[in-house]
Amino acid sequence: MFAEVTVRSMFSRPCYLPLHVMCVFEVYISLSCAFCRHGKRVEKLKMLFGLAVNEAKLTSQRTRLKNQNGFHLCRLSREVYTFVSPSRMSGSLLNMFSKGTKRKFSDGGEEISEEGLVGARVASSYSLQRQSLLDMSLIKLQLCHMLVEPNLCRSVLIANTVRQIQEEMTHDGSWHMVTEAFCNAGQSPSERLVATEVLCRSREQDAEPKVFSVISYEGCREEEVVADETLCSVSVRDTVSNVYLAGRMGQCWEKNELSGIERDEEVLEDSRLGSGEDEEINTEDEASTEGPKTIGQVFGTFEIKNGSPGPDSALEELFSDVDTSYYDLDTMLTGMQSAPKMGPYDLLDSLGPSHGSPSIVSTPNCRSDLNELDHIMEIIVGS
Amino acid sequence: MMAGVGGGNDFQWCFSQVKGATDEDVAEADIISTVEFNYSGELLATGDKGGRVVIFQREQESKNRPLSRGEYNVYSTFQSHEPEFDYLKSLEIEEKINKIRWLPQQNAAHFLLSTNDKTIKLWKISERDKRAEGYNLKDEDGRLRDPFRITSLRVPVLMPMDLMVEASPRRIFANAHTYHINSISVNSDYETYLSADDLRINLWHLEITDRSFNIVDIKPANMEELTEVITAAECHPHQCNVFVYSSSKGTIRLCDMRAGALCDRHSKFFEEPEDPSSRSFFSEIISSISDVKFSHSGRYMMTRDYLSVKVWDLNMENRPVETYQVHEYLRSKLCSLYENDCIFDKFECCWNGSDSAIMTGSYNNFFRMFDRNTRRDITLEASRENSKPRAMLKPRKVCTGGKRKKDEISVDSLDFNKKILHTAWHPKENVIAVAATNNLYIFQDKLN
Repeated sequence: MFAEVTVRSMFSRPCYLPLHVMCVFEVYISLSCAFCRHGKRVEKLKMLFGLAVNEAKLTSQRTRLKNQNGFHLCRLSREVYTFVSPSRMSGSLLNMFSKGTKRKFSDGGEEISEEGLVGARVASSYSLQRQSLLDMSLIKLQLCHMLVEPNLCRSVLIANTVRQIQEEMTHDGSWHMVTEAFCNAGQSPSERLVATEVLCRSREQDAEPKVFSVISYEGCREEEVVADETLCSVSVRDTVSNVYLAGRMGQCWEKNELSGIERDEEVLEDSRLGSGEDEEINTEDEASTEGPKTIGQVFGTFEIKNGSPGPDSALEELFSDVDTSYYDLDTMLTGMQSAPKMGPYDLLDSLGPSHGSPSIVSTPNCRSDLNELDHIMEIIVGS
Repeated sequence: MMAGVGGGNDFQWCFSQVKGATDEDVAEADIISTVEFNYSGELLATGDKGGRVVIFQREQESKNRPLSRGEYNVYSTFQSHEPEFDYLKSLEIEEKINKIRWLPQQNAAHFLLSTNDKTIKLWKISERDKRAEGYNLKDEDGRLRDPFRITSLRVPVLMPMDLMVEASPRRIFANAHTYHINSISVNSDYETYLSADDLRINLWHLEITDRSFNIVDIKPANMEELTEVITAAECHPHQCNVFVYSSSKGTIRLCDMRAGALCDRHSKFFEEPEDPSSRSFFSEIISSISDVKFSHSGRYMMTRDYLSVKVWDLNMENRPVETYQVHEYLRSKLCSLYENDCIFDKFECCWNGSDSAIMTGSYNNFFRMFDRNTRRDITLEASRENSKPRAMLKPRKVCTGGKRKKDEISVDSLDFNKKILHTAWHPKENVIAVAATNNLYIFQDKLN
């Protein structure tokens, strides 16, 4: 697990991003690059980021390049690149699996925070492992290969794994625990569907096809697929907070091509996790209204009508706590939330100051960073 | 015929050749994606991610060096597939060659089928080493002669010229697959072939490109219910009505085309019952079959899943007759391998000419061979360090824990980026071709 900052620029204009701001963008090489020979792709990258890009390293996936700010440029797929910052927690969970042995192919940094380890020990080892496996699987499903159809076999296998985990969690009763943990007093069960509603709403608003066509077996996708991976492993407090926070950031992506502020490593889970799942939950509702590009076609892993009542409602409840106000880009930009129910910022606060990279915990920092963010957005949006 | 460890009368595998760039920077387009010998073993074809096909031809054995078999040299190189763009779906179609299958040779030319994710092409590779000279109607430089100036007739004479190998696409079989093609297999009637994608299998006639018959369709009415995909398919080597296909759930279905036009109902169903003690979240993923190959005899078939190779007797459906562990030491690393996607790597496997040995690849540029008779196995490495001509390959060993002996390599030091997915065995001799990323290694046996 690692925190990633993804950088996105849709244009071939140079886009010098102040990476220390930890903005969440996405990397996207314009379509013309698709048919570029390898060398031209490299040139495009150089132009986009002003980075000295090591041509050799671009050829293999998941290779990391460090830029001058200490961020790693990671290649997610053929045309999708992302900046990765080493995560404090990256090593912790996986270390549990590998028993601390050195792995050549491990991702991210190896820093392990105090809080992380404490949290890991607190939760039961197996359920934590299971949870992180679930998270990992969901992220994998969410990752879209921008221009090439995703591998159906791989998607099916991952989806089956997720389904298996969910079934087991249901039997264990962990699902119930998860939902309880985030149960808000004011919400009635019917309101628990707010997450999906929000997603529905945003989808309808979007004139263009889905940005995150996650598990689309039909291969429906948008060219500018967002490959946001603001993932962070987590939580000292709850083992399930990973999955929980999934829903949050999804909206801002869907509504706007640029997401808001990137969180610190402690910020929970990938936004697209939630968006993807919720969209799948919505399958039935949306299937008739949506065009061929709905995620609904995907598969029934999160399909409510398929599963037993347990996981279904639990899943809805899981994502019901989405704070809709969060999805306004404005609020994102200002970083101010009237009353975030359990926003990432809260957790950030609780976790204390980060280890040195600028954190968005304190507002003043936020502000100045956000001004820069505004500026960048202007450039990118081309106003 | 196995590589003996201690020498004696056993065979030893020796390095013969390596093809491909030596520098560390691997261009993605150069990564080899398929390797296949033709029926005689004279030609060896490779396809790469850049859509190119390179064919190597074996030199005639020279009398001067009887012990060294002929070397493979480049015979023809051509661009088989180009990247395409599906405008309807806004998707790029990769030009990577997924499979190459040779047709048996029927005349002087060679034919092969190559496929990417969507389109299959039949290529004719022919030689031209003579040129006609002395035409009546045109000059030597090709200009047309004035017919009124021709006073006599002559018969053109064939003059030798430098050998030219031409590859031309003779048939293009397109637009029949919605999903990604993973297998093609030429039928024993040499007239038809099948192509399989994730959800469907089509039967083609080699002469007819505008239509194909769908013989297997496992697409559910509701795509949300999809839990299983087709991973590989192959025609029986002798019975032209029989074929098998494997699935992502570790099952193999044998179908008889005589039973019906649509072979959704299998004739035989091969599945090994799961061992409940080794069940984990990854059980299904590692049981997914990545390759299925009939033996040359047609009596057995071999399947490759993530950790093992299994040999099945076609007459026994409930379990394989032989199981070989390829890299069991990875079982404890499955979570990491899942995280970095290595668990989804599709390894291929192959038989030797006499069906007495099987070979498959692993990580760290290791490949494994199993002798079915002696039950011995060996791990060898394809690396530039062992690339001296006729250098004997030393067996490698992976240490799983505890003390690491000298020359052993520990599991954590394995390089998972160096994977050998594609291997091929000469149909008659002990010559093997091993694709290691962008390099093609050829090893031969050396009689002691």
